[in-house]
Amino acid sequence: MIDQSLLDEMALTTQEYLLIVRLLGRTPTLVELGLFGALWSEHCGYKNSKPLLKRFPTSAPWVLQGPGENAGVVDIGDGLAIVFKIESHNHPSAVEPYQGAATGVGGIVRDIFTMGARPIASLNSLRFGPLTQARNRYLLGGVVGGIAGYGNCIGVPTVGGEVCFDEAYTNNPLVNAMSVGLIRAEDVITARASGPGNLLLLVGADTGRDGIHGCSGLASRELSDETAEQRPTVQVGNPFLEKCLIEACLELRQSEYVVGMQDLGAAGITSSFVEAASRGGVGVELDIRRVPRREENMTPYEVMLSESQERMLVVVKKGFEDKVKAVFERWDLHSDVVGFVTDDARVRVRDGQEVVADVPVEALMEPPTYVREGVESAVVRERRERDLSQLPLPKDGNAVLLRLLASPTIASKEWVYRQYDHMNMTNTLLAPGAADAAVLRIKGTEKAIALCTDGNGRYGYLDPHRGGAIAVAEAFRNLACVGARPLAITNCLNFGNPEKAEIYFQLSEAIDGMAETCRHFGVPVVSGNVSLYNETRGEAVLPTPVVGALGLLEQAERRTGQGFRREGDLIVILGPLGQELGGSEYLCLEQGEIVGQPPLLDLRLEAGVQECCRQAVVEGLAHSAHDCSEGGLAVALAESCLAGGLGARCEVPAEGRWDGQLFGESQSRILLSLAAADLPRLTEIAERLDVPLRLLGQVGGGRLVIDPWIDLPLSELDDAWRHAIPRLLAGSQGS
Amino acid sequence: MKFGVVVFPGTNCDLDCHHVLGTVFGQAVDYVWHRQTDLSAYDCLVIAGGFSYGDFLRAGAIARFSPVMRSVERFAADGGLVMGICNGFQVLTEAGLLPGALMPNDCLQFRCQWVNVRVDNARTPFTSACQQGEVLRIPINHYEGRYFADEEQLADMEANDQVVLRYCAADGSLTADSNPNGSLRHIAGVCNREGNVFGLMPHPERASEEVLGSTDGARIFASLLHSLERRGRAALAGGER
Repeated sequence: MIDQSLLDEMALTTQEYLLIVRLLGRTPTLVELGLFGALWSEHCGYKNSKPLLKRFPTSAPWVLQGPGENAGVVDIGDGLAIVFKIESHNHPSAVEPYQGAATGVGGIVRDIFTMGARPIASLNSLRFGPLTQARNRYLLGGVVGGIAGYGNCIGVPTVGGEVCFDEAYTNNPLVNAMSVGLIRAEDVITARASGPGNLLLLVGADTGRDGIHGCSGLASRELSDETAEQRPTVQVGNPFLEKCLIEACLELRQSEYVVGMQDLGAAGITSSFVEAASRGGVGVELDIRRVPRREENMTPYEVMLSESQERMLVVVKKGFEDKVKAVFERWDLHSDVVGFVTDDARVRVRDGQEVVADVPVEALMEPPTYVREGVESAVVRERRERDLSQLPLPKDGNAVLLRLLASPTIASKEWVYRQYDHMNMTNTLLAPGAADAAVLRIKGTEKAIALCTDGNGRYGYLDPHRGGAIAVAEAFRNLACVGARPLAITNCLNFGNPEKAEIYFQLSEAIDGMAETCRHFGVPVVSGNVSLYNETRGEAVLPTPVVGALGLLEQAERRTGQGFRREGDLIVILGPLGQELGGSEYLCLEQGEIVGQPPLLDLRLEAGVQECCRQAVVEGLAHSAHDCSEGGLAVALAESCLAGGLGARCEVPAEGRWDGQLFGESQSRILLSLAAADLPRLTEIAERLDVPLRLLGQVGGGRLVIDPWIDLPLSELDDAWRHAIPRLLAGSQGS
Repeated sequence: MKFGVVVFPGTNCDLDCHHVLGTVFGQAVDYVWHRQTDLSAYDCLVIAGGFSYGDFLRAGAIARFSPVMRSVERFAADGGLVMGICNGFQVLTEAGLLPGALMPNDCLQFRCQWVNVRVDNARTPFTSACQQGEVLRIPINHYEGRYFADEEQLADMEANDQVVLRYCAADGSLTADSNPNGSLRHIAGVCNREGNVFGLMPHPERASEEVLGSTDGARIFASLLHSLERRGRAALAGGER
C-alpha cells in the first residue's frame, strides 16, 4: 500500500520512511504517514535549515520570548510588550494570488493573537517579476488585492513594507507577511497543552478539503507547469471570521479557564495539536468524528491535514468548557471539544472507536536534519568579479535619474498602499511613503515603535553573506532614520531548493551574514520563517533574506520623516560619499545584468552613522532623514524632495566615476536636512562617533540640482516617479 | 451626557471612536453590542466603521437586521442624534434612515487616503462648529463609497439642505480630481430631512488629534458636543418653566 508515489506525494524520502518504521517499530498507517509527511516537511520541520538557524543570536535582556513559540515577544517598558513575526506565503500566492496573500495575512495575524496580543500593524515584503509581463501584473494586482481585502476587513492597519521587482521572481513571487501585536507583558499566553484531562477545543471554521498538502506538497516543493492544477490546494480566507476570532480570543486571555492557545496553520490539526503537546511535554488524544466538517465523506487523513483557515485550538481547564464556549458563542463562533490532554506523550487519533494513529510526539517533532555541503556557483563568481571600471559612462544624468525613478522598485508605491487601510487604530504617526520606517504611537505612553522590512536579492545573489548582512544593517538604518533604536528582528529566508549545493551555500552564507550583523548591533532574532524550494522549472529566485525589524522611540514626538521640510535647510550626508556600482539598480537597469561586487559593509562605520542619525533626530536637529539605498544618492535626494515638495541644490565633488557617485549603492549613508544653526552641534556628534559628514547643499526652490550632472524640475521627477506603476499596470507595453 | 458606540460583529473602528470621544473629548462612552435593545441611557449614538458581518451580500445589508437597529430607528424617530461613519453610513442607508446608497468606488479599488470635504450645511448638529463652505481634511477608507441616489431624490435632498459634505479640492472647488470614488454630486455626507441622523464616508475619528496630521475631524465631534449641550440646556429650561 505504501509505495514510492505515495511517499512522493508526502514529500518523504525512502530513507525517511525507513526511519519512521524504525521509530514506530512497525509499518505506519496511512494517517500516521500523513502526520510524518506534514511535520517532517521543510515548511514545518525545518529539516534543512534547523542546524543553520542555530547560528542566530536569540537572546537579550528585553526578549521575553525567542524563537519556538508562535511569535517572538519583546519588552518595551511600561509593562508592555510587542509580539511579532514574519512569514512567507510565496507558493500559494504564485498559484492563486488573491487568496494566497489573503491567507498569508490571516495566518500570521493568528500567530499574534494566539499569544494574547492585539494585532496592531501589518507589513508586507513583496517581490514580483517585471510588470511588462501580463502574468506579473496579474500577480501584483491579486496579491495587493488579497492583502487589502483581508487586512482592511480585520481592522489591522497595513503600515509598511516593500515591493521590489526582478526577472528572477517571475512566476515565483515572494509574499512575506509580518504581523505586530501589543500586549501587557504579564498577559502573554503560550501555545502549550498541559494538565492531563484538560480539554481540546476546536474553534472557528468548519473543516473542509482545502489546503491538504499545503505544507508538504506546495510549500516544500519547486513550482512546475503542473502547479496551476494545485489551485484547489490553496485555502480560502474569511477575514470576517478571523475578526470575530481575534475579539473572542482577546476576551478569553483574561480568563483563568484557558491553559493555552494555538492557531491551525500549515498542516492544520496535525501540526497545531502535536506542537502544543510537544511544548507542554504531554500527549493528546482526539476523535476526528467530533471535528465539524463542511464536506461529506472526509477521511481521517483529510481531516488531520486540512488547512481550512480561521481555526484555533484552545486548551481549556476541564469543567470550564461551557464558560469558554459561551464567549465564542457571543461572537457567533462554533466550538467543539474534540479531545483531551494525556500524560503519555503520544498523539492518539481516533475515528470513533477505531485508533487510526498512535505515535510518540517526540518522533513527529524531531525530523531528521540535514547538514549539506555548500558550493558557490561559478556563474555567480564570474558575475561578481566582472570588471566594471570599463563600463561606458552615461551621456545624460537627467535621463538616468528619470529612468531610475520610474523603475518600479524605486517608483512611488502609492498605487499599492492606498489600497491598504494604514490608519486604523489611529496610531500611525509616520505612514507609508512618509519615512524610511513606519512609526506607531503606543497610546497611554510617550513611546512609539518603528517597523520596517528590508532585503535585497541582488546583493544576496552576488554575495549571500554580504546580502544577509546588508539586509539587517539597512533595516536598522531605516529605524535610525525615524529616530528609533533597534530592539529585535524577525526574518523570512526565501531561497531555492536547499538540496542543491549552490542554494545551500547561499542559505548558509546569508544566515552567517545576518547573524554576524545582529551580534554586532546586539540585536536578537526572536522569530522567523524559512521558505525554501522557491524555484520554477529549476530556476531559483534570488536568495532573498527579508528582515522585519522592530525599533523603539522613547519619545514619540522626537521622530522624523524622509521629506525635506524647510526652505534654506542644509543637506548633509552622514557616511562616505562612495561610488560602488556592483549589484545596483542602476547597473541592472542600464546593463540588464546583476554584476559586480555588492557594496561593502563596515559594521563599525554603519553603527556610528546610525547612532549619529538617531541622536540628530532625538535632539531635534534633523528635519528629515533618509537612507541612500536603491538608486543611490541621486534617488535619495529626489525622494526627499518629492516627499517634502521642496527642491534642492547640491554639489558632488568630481572624484572617480560620477555615475557611481550619483547612482552607486554604497552602504552606511544617510541624508539629513537641518537648520544651518544646528550644523556645529551635528558636526560635534559626528566627530565624537568618528562618522564622516559632508555638506552637500541646501533645500529650496522647485528643482533638484546636483551640480553638474542633474538639473530637473520637481514636476518632472514627480511625474516619472508617481505614475510609473499605474502606467505599467495599464499594460501599454509588453505582453 | 453619554455616547454609545454601536458594535456589530466585524465593526473595526469602534476603538477609535471610543478613544476620540472618551480620551480626546473626555466624554462618557459605552460600547453598544448589536444585541442590545435598550438605548435609553444614551444622548447620541455613533455607528462606527468596519465590515459589519464581513460586508457579505452588500455593505451594511445584514447589520440593518441586527436587534439594535430597531432601537436605533426608535431612537432616531424620537429625535436622538445618530451618526454613522463609513460602514455606519452604509448601515444607515440600508436601514432607510438616510437616503441613497453607497456603491463600489468607480476605480473598483479600496481607497485609503486623505481627502478634502466642504461643509455645505453648517447648521446641522454634526457640523455646527464649522463654517458654511469650510474645507475639512479627513481621510477616507472604503471600497463602497460612491454615493448614489436618483435625480428626484437628489433634487429633494438639495432642496432640503441634506447634503452636508462634498468631496472638493483644497480651495473648496468641486474638481473631478477631488472626487475619490465617483460619488454623485461629490456627496461625502448626508443627513435625514429632520437633521438628526447623519452619515459620512470620511473618518473624522482619524483626524481628531494634531499628531495624526489633522484635527479637522474633531470639529465634527465638537459640533456634536456643542449641540448636545445646547439641547441639554434647552431641556433644563423647559423643565423649569
